[in-house]
Amino acid sequence: MTVKFKIQGRTYTGTQEESLLGAIRRYGYEVPSLCYHEAVSPYGACRLCLVEVQKGKRRKLTTSCNYPVLEGIEVFLDTEKVVRHRKMVFQLLLAVAPAAKKLRELAAEYGVTETPFVPEDEKNECILCGLCNRVCKEVVEADAISFAGRGTSKRMESPYDETAEACIGCGACVHVCPTDCIGMKEENNIRSILRWHRDLPMQICKKCNRPFAPTFQLNEFAKRVNLDRARFDNCPDCR
Amino acid sequence: MDAKKLNTILDKYRREPSALLAILQDIQDEENYLPKDTIRQVAGELGVPLARIYALSTFFSSFSLEPRGKHICTVCMGTACHVRGAPRLVEHIEREFDVPAGQTTPDMQLTLETVNCVGACALGPLVILDGEYHGNMNPAKLDRVFRPLKKKE
Amino acid sequence: MTARVQTAADLEAYRKKVQAKGDSQRKTISVCAGTGCCAFGAMKLAAAFEQALSERKLQDQIQLRLTGCHGFCERGPLVVFHPEGLLYQRVKPDDVSEILDETIAKGVIIERLLYQDAQGQTYQKEDEVPFYKNQMRVLLAHNGLIDPTSIDDYIAVGGYRPLARVLNEMKPEEVCTTIKKSGLRGRGGGGFPAGVKWESCRAAPSQDGIRYIICNADEGDPGAFMDRSLMEGNPHSVIEGMIIGAWAIAHPGRPEGYVYIRHEYPLAVERLGIALQQARDMGFLGKNILGSGLGFDITINRGGGAFVCGESTALMTSIEGFVGEPRAKHIHTVESGLYDKPTNLNNVETWANVPLIIERGVEWYTSIGTGDVSDNPWGGSKGTKIFALVGKVNNTGLVEVPMGATLRHIIYDIGGGIPGGKKFKAVQTGGPSGGCLPESLLDLPVDFDKLTEVGSMMGSGGMIVMDESTCMVDLARYFINFLADESCGKCVTCREGLRQLGIIVKRICAGEGREEDIQLLSDLSQTVAEASLCALGNTAPNPLLSTLKYFREEYEEHVKEKKCRAKVCKALITFTVIEENCTGCLLCKKKCPSQAISGEKKKVHSIDQGKCIQCGVCNDVCKFNAIRVE
Repeated sequence: MTVKFKIQGRTYTGTQEESLLGAIRRYGYEVPSLCYHEAVSPYGACRLCLVEVQKGKRRKLTTSCNYPVLEGIEVFLDTEKVVRHRKMVFQLLLAVAPAAKKLRELAAEYGVTETPFVPEDEKNECILCGLCNRVCKEVVEADAISFAGRGTSKRMESPYDETAEACIGCGACVHVCPTDCIGMKEENNIRSILRWHRDLPMQICKKCNRPFAPTFQLNEFAKRVNLDRARFDNCPDCR
Repeated sequence: MDAKKLNTILDKYRREPSALLAILQDIQDEENYLPKDTIRQVAGELGVPLARIYALSTFFSSFSLEPRGKHICTVCMGTACHVRGAPRLVEHIEREFDVPAGQTTPDMQLTLETVNCVGACALGPLVILDGEYHGNMNPAKLDRVFRPLKKKE
Repeated sequence: MTARVQTAADLEAYRKKVQAKGDSQRKTISVCAGTGCCAFGAMKLAAAFEQALSERKLQDQIQLRLTGCHGFCERGPLVVFHPEGLLYQRVKPDDVSEILDETIAKGVIIERLLYQDAQGQTYQKEDEVPFYKNQMRVLLAHNGLIDPTSIDDYIAVGGYRPLARVLNEMKPEEVCTTIKKSGLRGRGGGGFPAGVKWESCRAAPSQDGIRYIICNADEGDPGAFMDRSLMEGNPHSVIEGMIIGAWAIAHPGRPEGYVYIRHEYPLAVERLGIALQQARDMGFLGKNILGSGLGFDITINRGGGAFVCGESTALMTSIEGFVGEPRAKHIHTVESGLYDKPTNLNNVETWANVPLIIERGVEWYTSIGTGDVSDNPWGGSKGTKIFALVGKVNNTGLVEVPMGATLRHIIYDIGGGIPGGKKFKAVQTGGPSGGCLPESLLDLPVDFDKLTEVGSMMGSGGMIVMDESTCMVDLARYFINFLADESCGKCVTCREGLRQLGIIVKRICAGEGREEDIQLLSDLSQTVAEASLCALGNTAPNPLLSTLKYFREEYEEHVKEKKCRAKVCKALITFTVIEENCTGCLLCKKKCPSQAISGEKKKVHSIDQGKCIQCGVCNDVCKFNAIRVE
């Protein structure tokens, strides 16, 4: 259903099914975020996409990624409140993941270069945004990793922090990670997803002799689409 | 856990993945903790990703992934117990048995746990030893409660 | 099996039968079997009564009844003798023979078993004891009278009559209106008008007619146990409330019920399970309840030990078998809750209010409490509220008062004031989402809106009293650590924000606080409160902010003077020997875990400050008041 709403005083249209953050960006406004990706469901973990939303008489601070586009709402992007709290969120994130280069760059864009808070681990790069988990579950449908623990001991890991046996080595998590903290390498025809302790031998293309995907992944795909495994013996270029 | 026992538990909940929490609780009641092999079996039997069960079993504080001791001592850390001196009780037991809260003695005799309120606030500070409530505790009274355990050492 | 009670008339006939069976003039010994009394040995006491009664062949003349929590947990085990209403407290199995031979046989009162107040006055009857006399017990009225494992007991006191009336005489919409007009607001903490919620849930579209009726029994606030006592003491009142709710919210659709209950409450799980089965056997649950066409049943789900699962969306996710992480509530759960269906969630105490409102009417209910709810369900706080009065107060236990009773009335008139001649410092209400209120607010009438105005909240009804030996900075640290551990950890403001608040408060307690820390605490608290996703984060800074507001001088003393006036913060206190009091008994030396005490027999001891770990054991064991803490 198409609805009308306002951003910074100007009227736009959108649908209730989309994310407010997506709509804001579509109309060319900039709002920072780290845990949002249009391919997966919004989660609201990084708290950077804060905006103020006026709905009827009530005005409130909210993250825009998990807010629906509702008829008649007015969105404000850079009020004093938004700016003040976003700065604090950046400072907290810098204490969470001091070693995350992309985070430091984004924070600097918004004028935050240092934090009054004490980092727990100077080497940490993960901000626990959960994108890897969501992409693995919702897009790849492998469900190989998850959050573990809760509160201040929450972490993202493979079951028991051992080899993620359900990981197909597709690398989608590596690709969506906003702070590049998962790690993937290919050596001697083995693909390794470092953080999930997963090493998978690669299929060698029977035509061009190049490794192109983990054999385990191709087995899974063949099973899922119910096709003869032999159809995946060649790389996409040679198929 | 042997397959027959596990099947009885799974069947009790009609193998519904939504009953995972109850299934894990029943397993822990039987085994005293959640053995890794059993968790793998549950994942396989219910067709649920192992990652999902791992997340559940580490999120809820009632689950233990490690075997627990023969005796389990739980110190209530609710507010009423806190203002009446619960932190000192934990420190006392930690010293007496040389075991940090949340862990088990190397001889597997005692696991020391804390809980964020059991709702018996009028008795605070409260210590539960093997299911039995001991109210209005202090370090001296604790020593009496633990005397039977100390003797066996 | 066919239900025994198929119509309202059947129920009345059955009630007459059970009432005739239980002769109200027959002597009854009621032993409180609440969790508190059980911990003090109530079950052994009951066994001793049973044996002694059979030895004297009295078991037919005198009935022994195990009841739910009477509320006066401080004095357990409690025994009440009916029909006289005589109360004995702190009764031991050794007292049983004397009680039967003297009190029961000859009517002689045993003085030492009577309750004695701080002024030395003794009381014979339960309803004369100030702790009970100053309460208004309507929800808890039957807790001490009925056996919670007997549905007949509940029916004998009028149970399930409100249900029969609703099913026979009221349209579902009328029931919603009645609850709205009563002004009943959610007892779980938020204070949302229950009738408004019911109406919205009823109005929300559901294609297959399924609507979930949930009872939140995940009472996680530390220092609160009223829901536990209701479930353990009068489980049918909660079940009856839910069945009425199912009719009002979902009939003629397909209501399904859940009770989500903490695993830390094994006795409540057991008693509720028994009660549910009895209700099924009687035909109050199942198909075509009392011939009305309503079909409804209730399943128990045990929580796994996570405070955040008391939050409604986290609770629902947990019932579905997933990790209990809250989600944003821009779409309300009454429209899309459990399994994306319309879902109505209320807590235990709220449900228990429902049969009372139906039975005694809106007029009666709105005559209790504050404000005016005739046009606006938010206009006041109606009915009674049960509080768990605990901490540094003489009469700890469960207290039910009308909304609007003052803190002073609760703490002093009912609670009997502060023990040991110490001075009142603060009372904490609302659990980890609430705040600490100082002496200047003791005359505050307690209701939903008044508590929020002063920076605390009602919460589920924990009321923790603190005296001068409680350090407010340490208490704030306690709550921050509690919440940092119990946060689901999803959003960075709550997870990392609380961790950082904890680090700052910890360094203040350790005497390493910096002048700018107090401002940083206040700024960061604002972000945690305003930018977090769920109510846990939104209210998490309340204990900290309220102590900063009302006890700022304690923070400043810790930071500037490195002093903890309550003598709690270890880094800021020292233990020394008062030489003129020390007799050289060697006890502290023997008990000191860090071998910090030296001295010989009959010679003054001394404490090596380098070795002392400030555990306080020396002070505990010293019989001569020879340890100085400063």
